[in-house]
Amino acid sequence: MISGRVLVAGEAIGDALVTHDALSFWGGYDFQTGEIIDKHHPLAGICAAGRILAVPFSKGSSTTTAVLLEAVRAGTAPAAIVTTGPDAFFALASIVADVMYGKPFPVIALEAADFALLRTGERLRIDASGVISRSE
Amino acid sequence: MADGECGPAQALAMSILVRMADVYDAAELMDISQAHIDSTIYLGDATLEFAERLASLGARVAVPTSLNVSGVDECGWKDWAVKPEWAAKAARQMLAYERMGAVPMWTCAPYQTHMRPVFGQQIAWGESNAIAFANSVIGARTERYPDLLDICCAITGRVPAVGLHLTENRRGELLLRLDGVPAALQQDDQFFAVLGHLVGKLAGDHIPVIDGITSSPAEDQLKAFAAAAASSGRVALFHMVGVTPEAPTLEAAFQGHAGLKSCATRMEVTTINITVADLRAARRELTTADGRELDMVILGSPHFSLAEFSRLVPLVAGRHAHPRVKFLITSSRLMKERAHETGVLEPIVSFGAQITLDTCILASPMLPPEIRTLMTNSAKYAYYAPSLLNTRVTFGSLADCVRSAVEGRVVRDETPWQSA
Repeated sequence: MISGRVLVAGEAIGDALVTHDALSFWGGYDFQTGEIIDKHHPLAGICAAGRILAVPFSKGSSTTTAVLLEAVRAGTAPAAIVTTGPDAFFALASIVADVMYGKPFPVIALEAADFALLRTGERLRIDASGVISRSE
Repeated sequence: MADGECGPAQALAMSILVRMADVYDAAELMDISQAHIDSTIYLGDATLEFAERLASLGARVAVPTSLNVSGVDECGWKDWAVKPEWAAKAARQMLAYERMGAVPMWTCAPYQTHMRPVFGQQIAWGESNAIAFANSVIGARTERYPDLLDICCAITGRVPAVGLHLTENRRGELLLRLDGVPAALQQDDQFFAVLGHLVGKLAGDHIPVIDGITSSPAEDQLKAFAAAAASSGRVALFHMVGVTPEAPTLEAAFQGHAGLKSCATRMEVTTINITVADLRAARRELTTADGRELDMVILGSPHFSLAEFSRLVPLVAGRHAHPRVKFLITSSRLMKERAHETGVLEPIVSFGAQITLDTCILASPMLPPEIRTLMTNSAKYAYYAPSLLNTRVTFGSLADCVRSAVEGRVVRDETPWQSA
């Protein structure tokens, strides 16, 4: 069980998808399908819809937030995003998704050492206080 | 203000801003005197609904505000494969932001217009290349603002008082030292775009300081560098020693904290050497095509400037693009008008170039499916086009791009990169 700083509160359950490489959602995420499409990225070709996406921080385009908002509207967004720092881009997308559609997703910032404990494929549960635990 | 005393649009914008101030851990908000809005890019119903929600609530920008590229060339889209429904919705999104009182520049290079900010000015800019340019090359001060927040800052005239707005957060954090990179290679047309691509990858979430530049880069070279570093990485501010305004010296770039020779307050700074081999590898990464096939030469990410139009003229003089190859330049209405007025547009059009305004090939679904292989001198186009457009790209110099367009196949002069 680990806990982090809650940037946007919420609850989620999903399979973890973990990367140590930053990601731009514009040019990196297909909001029609939820697939990661950045051909430079190790997760290219993998679908992140409904998963708990652990990515250290956003990079690249300012439009990352808008792509994530489209993904929330289309039902293809990750169930939650876990980062290593207080990434404003992911948090903003969730806040605007709340304002526009009443559908925020949890965004949790972890210490790097805790982030390093996450493994792709683990089923995780995030609670409203930012506690991340394995879900059976 | 969040209670609605200034109207519902201001209240909505302020409520988002206040929640973001918590995310940023900001103790207070501060004033800005200018904004640049990247939220103009139409992606789908969500971006349009957000824009029209604000506009319908009567949103007005509180500070001088320029608008970034949109999702459509308003006057020229019919020449391309843009669907009418997309064009109509993208145009509605443009109108929504225009109604808020922002200046319809429709350009990702607002720093090359009359709305260029000045050194030290507090601004809220979206668009990754423009953020990096404004902070680094001009010395204006903006956080790395995402779409949807940039407009909230413009409507309220306020930002969280954090990050790159504050002097102490602008000092260099990582030293990247050119190691044995000859002056001749630094003069090469592709050098700054390639270096930017590499720096973006190396910098992580740190502010990079680049030392060892021996040339005096032109503004468009710094523009290419900034766009590349903000594509391969998250660079929102860089210091180039002896080049950018906050880095007259190495010590200044680190705000005196890394006096590397004899300073008592010396701080350990991670240093990475950049060699010719590193640069060659970075340049190779920008090319994802393998053959010599060529469907289109694409220039202008960020938007082509008057100086770039002018540089192109002697290269195209007396030549003509191969009938099988499209030659497209993406730029702004303002730059095209200036290029026309100064007489540099005509020979470029005679060469066979087409000009797309207001948008670019990444932001508007304009390329017909038969266009599979591109060539560009833009590291930003080279980075994003393979993923966004499923095209393959060859990266080359401006001269390589022209020559390839003439010959109808990819040709590159490798000399400066082989002999270095």
